[in-house]
Amino acid sequence: MTYVEYKQLNPFQRFAFNFKKIMKNLPRNIGRFFKTIGLAIAHFFIGIGKGFKNYGVTFVKGDWATKLSYVIFGFGDIHKGKYYKGILYFIIEVLYTLFMVFFGAEQLYWLPTLGTHERVVAYDDFGFETVVDEGQRSMLILLYGTLTVVVTIVVFAIYISNIKDAYRHQQMRERGEKPTSLKVDAREFLDGKYHITLLSFPILMIAVFNILPLIFMILIAFTNYHGFEHPTLFDWVGMVNFSNVFDVINSTQKANTFFSIAGWTLLWAFAATFSNYILGMIVALMINKKGIKFKGVFRTMFVITIAVPQFVSLLLMSQMLTQEGAFNILLGDLFNGGVNPKIDFLGGSAWGARLTVILVNCWVGIPYTILSMSGILMNIPEDLYESARIDGATPVKTFTKITLPYMIFVTTPQLITQFVGNINNFNVIFLLTGGKPANPDLYGAGDTDILVTWLYQLSMGEKKDYGLASAIGILVFIICATLSLIIYNNSKSMKDEEAFS
Amino acid sequence: MKLFKSYKFRRILLNTIIYIILGIMCIIWVSPFIYLMLHSFRADGGVVTNDAVLPHRFTFQHYIELFAPSTDTSLNFPRWFMNTFVVACFSCVISTISVLAVSYAFSRLRFGIRKKLMNIAMILGMFPGFMTMIAIYYLLKIMGLDGNLIALVLCYSCGAGLGFQISKGFFDTIPRALDEAATIDGATKNQIFWKIILPMSKPIVVYTILTAFIGPWTDFILAKIIMGDKHDNYTVAIGLQMMKDPDHMTQWFQEFLAGSVVVAIPITLLFLKMQKYYVEGVTAGGVKG
Repeated sequence: MTYVEYKQLNPFQRFAFNFKKIMKNLPRNIGRFFKTIGLAIAHFFIGIGKGFKNYGVTFVKGDWATKLSYVIFGFGDIHKGKYYKGILYFIIEVLYTLFMVFFGAEQLYWLPTLGTHERVVAYDDFGFETVVDEGQRSMLILLYGTLTVVVTIVVFAIYISNIKDAYRHQQMRERGEKPTSLKVDAREFLDGKYHITLLSFPILMIAVFNILPLIFMILIAFTNYHGFEHPTLFDWVGMVNFSNVFDVINSTQKANTFFSIAGWTLLWAFAATFSNYILGMIVALMINKKGIKFKGVFRTMFVITIAVPQFVSLLLMSQMLTQEGAFNILLGDLFNGGVNPKIDFLGGSAWGARLTVILVNCWVGIPYTILSMSGILMNIPEDLYESARIDGATPVKTFTKITLPYMIFVTTPQLITQFVGNINNFNVIFLLTGGKPANPDLYGAGDTDILVTWLYQLSMGEKKDYGLASAIGILVFIICATLSLIIYNNSKSMKDEEAFS
Repeated sequence: MKLFKSYKFRRILLNTIIYIILGIMCIIWVSPFIYLMLHSFRADGGVVTNDAVLPHRFTFQHYIELFAPSTDTSLNFPRWFMNTFVVACFSCVISTISVLAVSYAFSRLRFGIRKKLMNIAMILGMFPGFMTMIAIYYLLKIMGLDGNLIALVLCYSCGAGLGFQISKGFFDTIPRALDEAATIDGATKNQIFWKIILPMSKPIVVYTILTAFIGPWTDFILAKIIMGDKHDNYTVAIGLQMMKDPDHMTQWFQEFLAGSVVVAIPITLLFLKMQKYYVEGVTAGGVKG
């Protein structure tokens, strides 16, 4: 279809055409997605292969000092006169050896079984208990084991860099160069290697407080760990947590819960995203219409909802929606002759609560849309409107032909990001209903629970199941990552990163 | 009929309708907060249940109760307020430094693993944040920091480096020609960062500081897990949440409202300020240089 033909279609035909195009491209995009992942994995293994090759080649070509630094960290550097770096390498080796001997080796030894000694308690004649053997705690073994593995990987990287550095200094000596002094190197960290200076501190913090816990929790997904105190020992169970969730054939409680909650999560994300988007766009258009005064006042009024911390506004809302709350009193005064109708908005029927949550989310979310849309509306080039006016276009025409297409074009990526955001929208559900109304058919969840709040209930609520919670976390990650990757693969802004600079 | 067809009349009619709709919407949007304000001053009743939307008599009693608790022990709002303030200040400093360092490095410096690190950051951001709560709790417990304010500072500021996108976007818009000119004049990357880029980036720096400062005031999940039952080390968010528990609701509901007002007003003002800087930072970046 040519451009001219496309322009002659009416909006519905255009929509159909675009929809068809997206659907037609979908296999290709998904294919591209898997190709990207496949390539990444292939590159990873090629990289490892290259690493091994370099490892061997360096050993063959290296002199005796370089060869010795395969065993003793930093020996090559010290031999070539780069004392401070060599000594640093050596200290790291000593520290790591001490760490492994006194701590790490034991953790690694227990990691495959996660401990075998139960806590043993003996009772005397009066029924008082004395602890004979404290026993092992699988949780600690797993945590320390993860720590040991991470430390080992880091030290391995240092080990490789030590070899590379030794070989580099050997080559420098062969060329008759002297190693650089500490002063020169320190200055280099403020210029050529400035990224190391800037990034090392944040990366260290992220590694300790984000990556290490994340690895730990991903591993938990493959265990049968249930809760805080009860079992001190737990075991690896492989994929059981995942297969429980997908066990549709036996239709177990966990599988039913998962599919019911996942369905509601998608419905919720869809409804929340589009209600906010459409209503927010309408309000933004009204505020920004020419001839409307007090634009700033209106905008501020809406922004206040964002500005007030969500735990305040949502807790307030949840109180106002109770049977004795302000809404019922107001409804009674207005329509029921002063008698409180006592509607339980958030705890009554499942669908009533769900609808209320979506409506309240409009109250919370529309201001965000208004803000971003206002910015976009103000950025539409004025000359577009001017030339349209000169050509004799009516206001309705300018709206449907200029404003609306422009807005939709600019905000589509944002729409998808919001969809992903709503899948993870913890605050609204948690603060408003806390997952209620309770539903005994669901495994540790209520009717309004979405996947992330279910995850929270399973880790902090009454029915604890850490393994299942982590498995759900991983599944949410897979959903979000797939959606995001498809967007990022198709959006230009990722590729045109340097467009402005 | 002629009047109805005239362009001017129709415009006025349309605008009036829009004013009415916007007015009604504003009332819907703002009225819960007016309700919050009014009821925090309400004198009669004192319990949750009352049969009128608007209170009849007003008092300052709940605010006084909040800041000078007369009898009860576990309600210690001034202490919570100070806790939050201290935590917010420290974590604000650390997170601002990390965010600016990371975003500058990713935006202006070119090094081998840059793309890889950015991808890792993106992937980390896609895991639901609550997944790691348990692990963080145990980690802090091993460090002996559970129930401690230092733990909160660590938690709030450690992940901050991952939120570099907005300020990176800002740094991206500053022309690279500036860096090149400075490099030719013999400036190091460090000098470029401190003497050229940072002074030009006031809006985004202020935005980063304000976001980092507001964070601890609004978090109510991680803080609750770390603090557990240590009422003395609560922050305002979990303190207020506790006051609204079913157990305490009848006793402290109005103190909860008063506390919400006390917390919400400064945060709202800061946010409005931040919003201005955010818009400035995002839109003004391109014109610079």
